[in-house]
Amino acid sequence: MSRLADHLIIAPIVLPFFAGALMLALGGERRRNVNAALNVAVTFSLAAISIVLLRTADGASGVTLVYRLGDWPAPIAIVLVLDRLAALMLLLTGLLGSAAVVFSLARWHRVGVLFHPLFQFLLMGINGAFLTGDLFNLFVFFEVLLAASYGLAMHGSGSARVTAGLHYIAVNLAASLLFLIGVSLIYGVAGTLNMADLAARIPAMQGEDRALLQAGAGVLGVAFLVKAGMWPLCFWLPATYGAAPPPVAAIFAVLTKVGVYIVLRLWLLLFGGGSEAAFQFGSEFLLAGGIATIAFGAIGSLATQDMARLAAYSVLVSSGTVLASIGMGQAGVTAAALFYLFSSTLGLAAFFLLVELVERGREPGADVLAVTREFYGEEEELEESGEVGIAIPATMGILGMAFVGCALVISGLPPLSGFIAKFALLTAALNPPGGGVPMAAWVLLPALILSGLAALIAMTRAGIRALWASPDRSVPRVRLIEIAPVAALLLICALQTIQAGPVLRFMQATAQSLHVPHDYIRDVLGATEERPPRRVGPT
Amino acid sequence: MELILALGIGVLAGSGVWLILRPRTFQVIIGLSLLSYAVNLFILGMGRIRVGAAPILAAPGSGDPAQFADPLPQALVLTAIVISFATTALFLVVLLASRGLTGTDHVDGREPEP
Repeated sequence: MSRLADHLIIAPIVLPFFAGALMLALGGERRRNVNAALNVAVTFSLAAISIVLLRTADGASGVTLVYRLGDWPAPIAIVLVLDRLAALMLLLTGLLGSAAVVFSLARWHRVGVLFHPLFQFLLMGINGAFLTGDLFNLFVFFEVLLAASYGLAMHGSGSARVTAGLHYIAVNLAASLLFLIGVSLIYGVAGTLNMADLAARIPAMQGEDRALLQAGAGVLGVAFLVKAGMWPLCFWLPATYGAAPPPVAAIFAVLTKVGVYIVLRLWLLLFGGGSEAAFQFGSEFLLAGGIATIAFGAIGSLATQDMARLAAYSVLVSSGTVLASIGMGQAGVTAAALFYLFSSTLGLAAFFLLVELVERGREPGADVLAVTREFYGEEEELEESGEVGIAIPATMGILGMAFVGCALVISGLPPLSGFIAKFALLTAALNPPGGGVPMAAWVLLPALILSGLAALIAMTRAGIRALWASPDRSVPRVRLIEIAPVAALLLICALQTIQAGPVLRFMQATAQSLHVPHDYIRDVLGATEERPPRRVGPT
Repeated sequence: MELILALGIGVLAGSGVWLILRPRTFQVIIGLSLLSYAVNLFILGMGRIRVGAAPILAAPGSGDPAQFADPLPQALVLTAIVISFATTALFLVVLLASRGLTGTDHVDGREPEP
């Protein structure tokens, strides 16, 4: 690989950082068009870079690329690590970011100040969290993405957004403090903050040290699970996501997955299948918490009357499904969970964008009115729609088709990728490599199927109410650049369905290397020896 | 020394948690500040408590590392202070915006029913 390609790893962090700074330097709000062009260009190039990185990471034997900042060896200084999982998450962020930024150009970037710089800083934080191999550096990137997300969640202001944002900030500040307690406790016991070094040192720990380490990891886990939205740490999520502007909510769909990603990475590295049975802990907790999250999300999505909140509760179901699957602790289930994570995040982002387009033609509070109407039964409504063959406007047709697509992906019905994901998940859970179905699989099975049913009922009801049955709707004005991102996201889901074989193979390779992290540890720590001798620099 | 530090962290964290659970936004922000002080002291404590030891080796091979204090937690605490200071300032702005928009300093944006 050439020298330039080596440095491509850091581009997903550096590029949005400089772009964001440049936007502010160019005059921020006064040059909104320049900012918008820059934002689109950088976000699209991030998606392209992540494709290149994905191809690199999926190379011959699944290499783990290590980028040493300042060229110090791994345990001493911070490293960036790119493996299949990190590359996959970068690609997901790039795709969602591109869709969200194109959608925002129609009108949402004008409703408040500094949308574009904040968006770039958010991307920088997310990408950094995916790439870093150091616990404290992870904290810094978490704070970068959270600080940007505070601003974006309240983009456009209004008392509903500010009140929800207030709760969001308070919860996340408290979670960040827990994060710090966990990190420092681990450092106090293990004497290192590098994830790979930590994993290498764990087997040598005995007695009190291991108890303290597990306490630290537990506290750290709470901080991540707040972000991932595991029950009972998720009550802030529906209000915040429901109130956030649609393009922001779409990119927030990947924000919960940052928490899920860290759990995948750290838990499997430190306490997962790779280490001996004596060092494993927390799998029952992940499984039980995940199932509870699925249940809470499913009940919430049935109970809510507001479409944006319905999408937010679906985010919880998606998070819970992945967390419960990780708790199963089998490579096959993890592979299917990764497939599910990718497809459900795309579907949810498309749904967040679509909700706003569908809601646009309706009067405010139409959902609540519709419930009252159903409850008291207004007969007059039926008679006026008695004529046969009402012409459906083309816009409504397109919106309806997109809605059906989202519903299929989110509830997991054929023919789109949601079905393949859930099918693969259940197949893997019911056919463990050792034979004999574990108890956990019998809990996961009804949870998955019932949550799919709940999602289907909730989405069908919302769709009928919004697209067919509302008597007082006007056809919304929808511009091409608003519906195109939704269609593109659904198209990627369709592509994932057609190419399910190669994609699943990739996910299996990812899950294998996560469950057997020796290669990861060796690559990160051994990066010193493998490299050619250092060129002479100032000493 | 250990006792004083432990008591200090405990009192700060306890007061902070109590204040976070109060219904007024100003109490929440003071609670978060107290909690972050407690966390900062905790990080410092995790580097082992040493008095009068230099944090950094002067030159390579100039002595036994056990004679020096661990510099890393001090660097961590510095970063943590800066970040918590900045986010608290941001929270303060949101607090004022919420007060202006809703006309109350209750965290839910409306006064509870009497």
